Amino acid sequence: MKKVAPTAVSAVLPSVPHRAARPYLPQRPDFKLDLAGRHARGNFWRLAFMLATIGTIVFLATLVLTIVDDAFGYVVMVNEVDPASLARDGVRLEDQSAEQLRLTLEEQLSPRRARALERESPLAERPAADLHELVLVELVKPNIAATYGLIESIFERGRIVAESQTAFPGSVLSFRSWINWRFMSTSQTARPLTTGVLTAFTGTLLTILITIVVAFPLGIAAAVWLEEYAVDNRLNRFIQLNIYNLAGVPSIIYGMLGLAVFVRGLEPITSGALFGAGSGGDVANGRTILSAGLTLALLILPVIIINGQEALRAIPGSLRHSSLAVGATKWQTVWSHLLPASLDRILTGTVLAVSRAIGETAPLVVIGASTFLTQDPTGIFSKFTTLPMQIYQWTSRPQPEFRHIAAAAILVLLGLMLSLNAFAIITRNKLRKNRRSA
Amino acid sequence: MHTKVQAHYPEERQRRISFRRRLRPAELLIQSFLFFCAAVSILTTLGIVLVLGRESFAFFGEVSLKQFFGGTVWQPTIGLFGIWPLLNATLMTSLTAMLVALPIGLAVAIYLAEYASEKVRETLKPILEVLAGVPTIVYGYFALTVVTPLLRRVFGADTVEVYNTLSAGLVMGILILPLISSMCEDALSAVPRGLREAAYAMGATKLETSVRIIVPAAFSGIASAFILGLSRAVGETMIVALAAGAGSNFTFNPFRAAETMTGHIVRISGGDISYDSMDYRSLFAIALVLFLVTLFLNILSRAIVKKYREVYE
Repeated sequence: MKKVAPTAVSAVLPSVPHRAARPYLPQRPDFKLDLAGRHARGNFWRLAFMLATIGTIVFLATLVLTIVDDAFGYVVMVNEVDPASLARDGVRLEDQSAEQLRLTLEEQLSPRRARALERESPLAERPAADLHELVLVELVKPNIAATYGLIESIFERGRIVAESQTAFPGSVLSFRSWINWRFMSTSQTARPLTTGVLTAFTGTLLTILITIVVAFPLGIAAAVWLEEYAVDNRLNRFIQLNIYNLAGVPSIIYGMLGLAVFVRGLEPITSGALFGAGSGGDVANGRTILSAGLTLALLILPVIIINGQEALRAIPGSLRHSSLAVGATKWQTVWSHLLPASLDRILTGTVLAVSRAIGETAPLVVIGASTFLTQDPTGIFSKFTTLPMQIYQWTSRPQPEFRHIAAAAILVLLGLMLSLNAFAIITRNKLRKNRRSA
Repeated sequence: MHTKVQAHYPEERQRRISFRRRLRPAELLIQSFLFFCAAVSILTTLGIVLVLGRESFAFFGEVSLKQFFGGTVWQPTIGLFGIWPLLNATLMTSLTAMLVALPIGLAVAIYLAEYASEKVRETLKPILEVLAGVPTIVYGYFALTVVTPLLRRVFGADTVEVYNTLSAGLVMGILILPLISSMCEDALSAVPRGLREAAYAMGATKLETSVRIIVPAAFSGIASAFILGLSRAVGETMIVALAAGAGSNFTFNPFRAAETMTGHIVRISGGDISYDSMDYRSLFAIALVLFLVTLFLNILSRAIVKKYREVYE
């Protein structure tokens, strides 16, 4: 295609000699054919367009790399108490039995701290691994002196080793994966070394569960109404227009709506007081998982409706007509033919919307997700925090170690979203295969 | 015609079957339920308008509109509620974002629609979708931990503050880029093939065809993408909350910290706030302005497409 333009002009001109006296091309002085220059410009911009595209991919790679870089790397730890001094009967700390560890703890802990730990779970019943961990946290008290990223840790190992030796004498250098099983399975604590995402993870799952339970049926029902039932009148056009506008409303506005309606207005319901729940000293007022889930449901409702409409629109009219022709009612047609036939598309759209809800932070800050919460949520009337909230909290801390756990939490969040999408794709393919074989 | 309904089939004549329209209460019930679900969207809009309106009304009972839209200081502690510092910061971050997103987004769209082969396009589009699916909080993290330190190294730590609107704006531009590029690509692909072929036949190069023929033909789509992107940028929250800074500041310097409207709402509502205080109500007044601005932009975006779209046969 590219070559056609120049040859067409240059080939035609000389091959028609009798026309040479009356040239085709305008002879104004500012008209220049300048093919070489035009092609040079064309190639330059072609390169520029390509670079812009490559640039966006490079950016995505940088984003992922930054997160991975922050989630792993060397850590320099300085212990407040030398673990060697905690040896008992000549046995090193690592090899001590539960009994020995318990004695050490009872001797060295302050009475108040010991009582607090005893209340959580009696020391005598804890296994040795737990007690060992406890000795490390409570007595050895390792503090982070410096942290490094993954790339530094791989390529500049020698420098890091030398630096940690000179700057922090007596320090321990170890490679740490900030995202690890412990991080996944412990509740939130104030210290970056011992904290975990279980509280936030549970919060996210419960919130999303409510969002799906509310938004999915409501959204699909609305889509069915608009596509299959609604006649073209002013009211239905208004509803449609309104849905398009709602899809463009900033998420923070939904947060304000949730704050005023769910948290304040419907407090007896959302706090669970009406059902006699949540009164066990843990006063959440309306700032509960239920409020958050409902707010997010309103937020993704327009997206689900629009996707659902597109899914229904993609079904050929013959399916409707043949169902109606054999005497099915409208609802029978919708329920037994249209919904099953569009299920794969509906599913894909819903997963997209739910992914958006999982990553949403702003409305949850506004309706009052807890910033620090050591208790895992127990039900829909609990106070809560979610993964994005946790990332927000940790990122806004100035200390570098919080940056590392923020990166680890981001990996957890992205992993959750990725697995949800993978699940949707697998289910969709299965549905399509079933339909083809049927 | 007979006045009586004529029975054509023996079964019907014997009253064993009827083809007449029956009243089906269950169908009606389902139908009204479906309508109710669709009407929830109207209730949502009504809820937003009522909530924002009521609290703002109480707010404007104490602060005059002139003070609100004329003041250049936002200091709720001493009773100064001038929205300009917040509005200005919002405009600065949004415009920075558009300066990044529009040229790059359009370039990506032109590449995908005009230059890239089918295979390349099919690989690149999902990547852009991934970029669009990353939660905004992750972008905020990136702005604060990567872009800001980079800016400080390039321009000097003395000129660039730890929190600044430039960093937030740049990253926001990348956030909006996939939206713009996919909308522009749709607009460019919708231009009929005949226009391209006519341009080539006249001897235009590929670049000339793309830039002088296709882009102008798709102008309405591109303009609406731009406006929708702007609306998205104005309402974007977490990036500015993390990277643009806390505390209102009326400045035109992109290297300095300034709080946007959304950033202010998040910071104040994230703390302990008592209901029915002026602080609480001022948030709703800001949210009302935000709502109206984004609504206006969204409607404008759709109106442009509707009015200026070139209709091809």
